Amino acid sequence: MHPAFSVIFFTTASGAGYGLITLMSILQASGILPPDPRVGWAGFGIGFTLITLGLLSSTFHLGHPERAWRAISQWRSSWLSREGLAAIVTYVPTGAYAIGWIFLDWRDDLFILTGMVGAMLCMQTVYCTAMIYASLKTIRAWANSWTVICYFSISIFTGALLMNAIASVFGYWHPAMFWITTGAIAVAGVAKMQYWRFIDRNPSESTAETATGLKGHIRLLESPHTQENYLQKEMGYKIARKHASKLRQLTIAAGFVAPILLITLANASIPATAAALSILAVPVAAIGVLIERWLFFAEAKHVVTLYYGETTA
Amino acid sequence: MTSLPETPTTKKLGLVIDLDICVGCHACAVNCKEWNSGGHSAPLTDFDPYGADPTGVWFNRIHTFEATDDVGNSRTVHFPRSCLHCEDAPCVTVCPTGASYKREEDGIVLVNADTCIGCKLCSWACPYGAREYDHDDGVMKKCTLCVDKIYNENLDEESRVPACVSTCPAGARHFGDLGDPESDVSKLVEARDGFELMPEQECKPTNRYLPPRPRKTAAGSTGAPSALEPQVDGGDSPFLRWVDKVLSR
Ligand code: SF4
Ligand code: SF4
Repeated sequence: MHPAFSVIFFTTASGAGYGLITLMSILQASGILPPDPRVGWAGFGIGFTLITLGLLSSTFHLGHPERAWRAISQWRSSWLSREGLAAIVTYVPTGAYAIGWIFLDWRDDLFILTGMVGAMLCMQTVYCTAMIYASLKTIRAWANSWTVICYFSISIFTGALLMNAIASVFGYWHPAMFWITTGAIAVAGVAKMQYWRFIDRNPSESTAETATGLKGHIRLLESPHTQENYLQKEMGYKIARKHASKLRQLTIAAGFVAPILLITLANASIPATAAALSILAVPVAAIGVLIERWLFFAEAKHVVTLYYGETTA
Repeated sequence: MTSLPETPTTKKLGLVIDLDICVGCHACAVNCKEWNSGGHSAPLTDFDPYGADPTGVWFNRIHTFEATDDVGNSRTVHFPRSCLHCEDAPCVTVCPTGASYKREEDGIVLVNADTCIGCKLCSWACPYGAREYDHDDGVMKKCTLCVDKIYNENLDEESRVPACVSTCPAGARHFGDLGDPESDVSKLVEARDGFELMPEQECKPTNRYLPPRPRKTAAGSTGAPSALEPQVDGGDSPFLRWVDKVLSR
């Protein structure tokens, strides 16, 4: 599938933002992260910026962005619609929670409950994003449960890295954060490797034979058109295996191994160095995750390619 | 409304395409383009049509495949590909706006160009590559089964079929109600073992394809003797017997 930057940015940025707000709510409720307004400014500021820019970027590739509001109408059947609706609904409790945290010194049980509802909706939105892809039977690399597990775990781990950095900067670093962050990175790394293992071994049930109903070895003798059409440009994107395997290694190195090393080092350093290392882990992981998401699209093969010379999909 | 009709439509208008007969002339694709350039989804934008890199929106594409069996016998099959107006159309259920819909009255799958936001998700959901995006209009387009032709009372009765069907010079395309087991198309599918494309994608396509008839590989089945019989020397004509004798000397 064609790796469009708008969608890569949308899924990674909003995922990190939702992960961050989820963890802030949980850690605040469990007393690990004090609701200091400065932490609120930084955390919700970064979180909402990532989410909002991500959502806006997802509308850039639309043919009619001015009609985007229509997209929330078909939540009964469409995961894209559910995603849009969930994203909008999520702003309500998370927004109230952020205002309570930063401006109102709101600290009662209802505050905590609002945070928890917001956290659940954040994860619900990430789930809907993942399901947009996981529900497409035409793309075997997406239509499997590893897709959802990867979206969840990457959202949480990128959010955890952000939270870790913010807490270190404001002097609220807590050992639990180290364990949550390393745990989240490890889970995401393992999930991603399992995902790759799965897609390498499980091609689509559809083949050139089922696509054409013809028997034997099927070869495209003549394409219907001389130039690439929309289908080939959108769905025929192909990445060489050797490039893909290099990029997978880069994802593991920058996305998972380097951040774990950096925050482990931070764990053993004096606070100023620790904060610097925790901050550094964020852009390093971002590079890894952007490559990961680029690969998620570039490696995905659509069954329509079976009509254009592929024998398996 | 993006949800599919609650009960499967009883009328299922669709095409039956005979892979044994199609000669790959692309006439159906051309007439499709011509009719639809002025129809329900008009225009079907072309980019750089006379230049070096022409592309554009077409609802019908004709592929040519070669199928080779284990012993190396191959055959060339021309393969028209267009929307199959699926019963469980995933292109309809993924649509976030309700622009894609399936008509309850005849099962035709259409796009409302006034509400489509051009998110392209439906083209990802369709296994058959039946949807093509119009970059100029910013909306998705697809085969309408010539909805503006088949019910058009200004046309003669025999012209009220999709443009591809009326134009096919080989008679490889048939149009009718595949929901009615007594219809001509249903009987044709029955008689010729018509099949669905990619049944494993579970879209329950309406259109059916008729397989190429088994090829006659043995010489005998063409009607000619499989080997020449030795001729009786000259038979009973004295002249021919003499010729035979001279020539065999
Ligand atoms: S062929 Fe594709 S576009 Fe047509 S109804 Fe089926 S899924 Fe939808
Ligand atoms: S491109 Fe248009 S018709 Fe297709 S899913 Fe998006 S809004 Fe619906």
